[in-house]
Amino acid sequence: MTTQPLLDASGVAKNYGAVAALRDASLRVRPGEVHALMGANGAGKSTLVKILTGAIRPSAGRILIRGEARPLGSPAAARRAGLVPVYQEPSLIPDLDIADNLRLTGTPVAPFRDWVRALGVPDLDLRDLARDLPLAVLRVLDLARALSLEPDVMLLDEMTAALPANLAERVIEVVRGEVKTGRSVIFISHRFVEIAALCDRATVLRDGETVGVVDIVPGIEERIVEMMLGARVEKTRVAAAARDAQASSGPPRLSVRGLAAGSKLEDVSFELANGEVAGVVALEGQGQDELFAALAGSIRPSRGTIAVDGEPVVFGHPADAIAQGIAYVPGDRTEALLMQRSVRENIALPFSARLRSWGPLAVGRERGLVSAAIERLQIDTRAQREVQRLSGGNQQKVTIARWIAADARTILCFDPTRGIDVRTKREIYRLLRELAAQGKSVLYYTSELEEVQRVCDRAIVVFGGRVVDVLPVEIADEAALTRAAYGLPREAASLPASPSGATP
Amino acid sequence: MSRFLRRQGWVAGLFVLFLALLVVTRLIQPGYGAADFGSLARAVLPYAFAVAAQTVVVLAGGIDLSVAAMMALTSVTAAALMAGASEEFALAVVPFVLALGFALGAMNGALIVVSRVPDIVVTLATLFMLQGAALLVLDAPGGGAAEWLKALIVGTVPIPGLPGAVTDWIPKALVVLVICLAVVWIPLRRSRLGLSLYAIGSSDLAAFRSGVPVARTKILAYALGGLFAAMGGLTLTMSTGIGAPIPGPYLLASVAAVVLGGVALGGGRGGLLGPIIAVFVLRLVRTDLTLLAVDPNVTTIIEGVIMVVVVMLGALVAMRGRTP
Repeated sequence: MTTQPLLDASGVAKNYGAVAALRDASLRVRPGEVHALMGANGAGKSTLVKILTGAIRPSAGRILIRGEARPLGSPAAARRAGLVPVYQEPSLIPDLDIADNLRLTGTPVAPFRDWVRALGVPDLDLRDLARDLPLAVLRVLDLARALSLEPDVMLLDEMTAALPANLAERVIEVVRGEVKTGRSVIFISHRFVEIAALCDRATVLRDGETVGVVDIVPGIEERIVEMMLGARVEKTRVAAAARDAQASSGPPRLSVRGLAAGSKLEDVSFELANGEVAGVVALEGQGQDELFAALAGSIRPSRGTIAVDGEPVVFGHPADAIAQGIAYVPGDRTEALLMQRSVRENIALPFSARLRSWGPLAVGRERGLVSAAIERLQIDTRAQREVQRLSGGNQQKVTIARWIAADARTILCFDPTRGIDVRTKREIYRLLRELAAQGKSVLYYTSELEEVQRVCDRAIVVFGGRVVDVLPVEIADEAALTRAAYGLPREAASLPASPSGATP
Repeated sequence: MSRFLRRQGWVAGLFVLFLALLVVTRLIQPGYGAADFGSLARAVLPYAFAVAAQTVVVLAGGIDLSVAAMMALTSVTAAALMAGASEEFALAVVPFVLALGFALGAMNGALIVVSRVPDIVVTLATLFMLQGAALLVLDAPGGGAAEWLKALIVGTVPIPGLPGAVTDWIPKALVVLVICLAVVWIPLRRSRLGLSLYAIGSSDLAAFRSGVPVARTKILAYALGGLFAAMGGLTLTMSTGIGAPIPGPYLLASVAAVVLGGVALGGGRGGLLGPIIAVFVLRLVRTDLTLLAVDPNVTTIIEGVIMVVVVMLGALVAMRGRTP
């Protein structure tokens, strides 16, 4: 290829202290192409994007635009160099109206209006405050703003994730038309379908390095998956589906009928038996957050019923759910822990009230229970005086340990292994299986699909706020789960597997 | 029209409240007239500048605890410089004091931006520093002020063509206030700088990504706060003719008026007009309570209650408006 690349980044590295977020990334984008940037979670995609858009500075590397080194010290500098991003989250100032937002970034108004119309939003009032507009419209406005700056290279980060299907199609159409004029687009998405429809080439990152550049041709998906996962492709051990007669005795531990909550959870029904670990699988924003929040008592469902041990219940407060032995372990540990307090206090927190009523025994008893939980989870207590000084994995263990100490009968785990090292992950899997073997039940949402076969007995797949499939663990491999998570029927086996399909 | 009401409803409501209070005042004290309004305007002046200083900073997402101390320091500096000096010398003192306030404010902002210490801590520290500095300049109330400066806020403005009955209600103090605020605020509001100020208060991540120089804008917000505080300090000297080194009750009053004026303490939402009207409302309430011979200790309780009730009602109306 003799044409000079529009954007040529090579040897880009970024260190945060001793941690290397990016080791040796390169990215070459030709004029007139849509270039996909791909990689599993933690591969360094977002770091590279931040560097290219001037949000952070690289520790090393060379970035040329049209063959020239341009300073990318700030978002404004990157914009002047011709690199305009559309971020994953809306970037308009919420308290300014649209017209002021355009003035702030020096965006010409007339082309902006044209683009907004072309993108399928005909009736925009520029005097509306950004905070009053729905998310999908804001995403479209972000894109229109970027387009009207006539950038050389546009960076679209998960642009279509928050869009309804018709707007997403318009976006793809517009982007296709745009590159015909010689501009380029860097497209970041987890949806293979879109990448196949839109992109010409893809750069794949793994562990902070560029591991390959491929042309997008039919069937390339498997190759990309291989590159993203590297040597890690191994057959996962199917969790012993050791559910025996125990499950069928008595009413189910948790029974959900026609549950709806918020704007995303439409109609979900399932049962969770004693001694079962049930996986919940869904793409981002399919209602899983609302489902777990409703079961944990932090929001009220708008429709439907929840029954515990066969008795219908109404949770008005998380304390009601806890009283029924239902504990919630959020993926974001800062939601659950008192970061400045000690490990022991954190574990004792949810049940200290209950223990107090046992009178003078409380302190000794509490200490015993806490110690037993720490022992059981092998929490590293060297830094126990402040939870915030523990590693992420150990923090997550503390959030689980408190419910073991509190003897919760049902644990709702929402992506509990997010950002945790492999060893701790394994320990958490083992622990959850042990709990199940003791007759406790676990509802386990995960964005890492391979976890389903490691811990769960079956997988409940949610799409568009409804349960679309329930897969027994034997067939719930990543490919099958991905298909189901996109709302495709089980038979349609022709679609490519995407292991990161549901990861954010 | 509905858009105007939605955006400016709070300010309009406050203004109606203020007019209602004026009527109440007339009922309590039938003799309440133009002269009394003039003294109200004069009394409000330092409060209004303190509020303006706080508003600019709060809109940019910060808070400035050193407002009152900065007013004290600029006031004594002006008084000390003008004591015994010629009338013309005061012409140089005024810009110097304004520049001093601007620089001190910028120092606040720079400390916050560079050290990354929370604004509330930095400005608390500068509160003490400025307080001490004020006592170094004058260890007791003293100094002087040029006659023309003092005259600037006394009396009314005769406007040719308007009957005296109207111009009597336009005290010079009010005109000075409006001009000083307008000269700084209107150009700011129309510039990209003003937008940037709102932007960093609304969401500093989104502002950063929109290419706003966040650090510079924040420093400038504090500097403008310092400038307004210096104007406040000058009006203190103008109205009393001397400088007092101990800060007045302007800090808490400024925060109260900012809240009552419809500015979100989190930043990004509100304007300058609301807090200024709010400060008039708060002072007029105090006047009324004094006229009614209410125990001064009860007065502060009533002021607190009014603040909570008004803000609560406003939030309630806003919520109703959102879910039709």
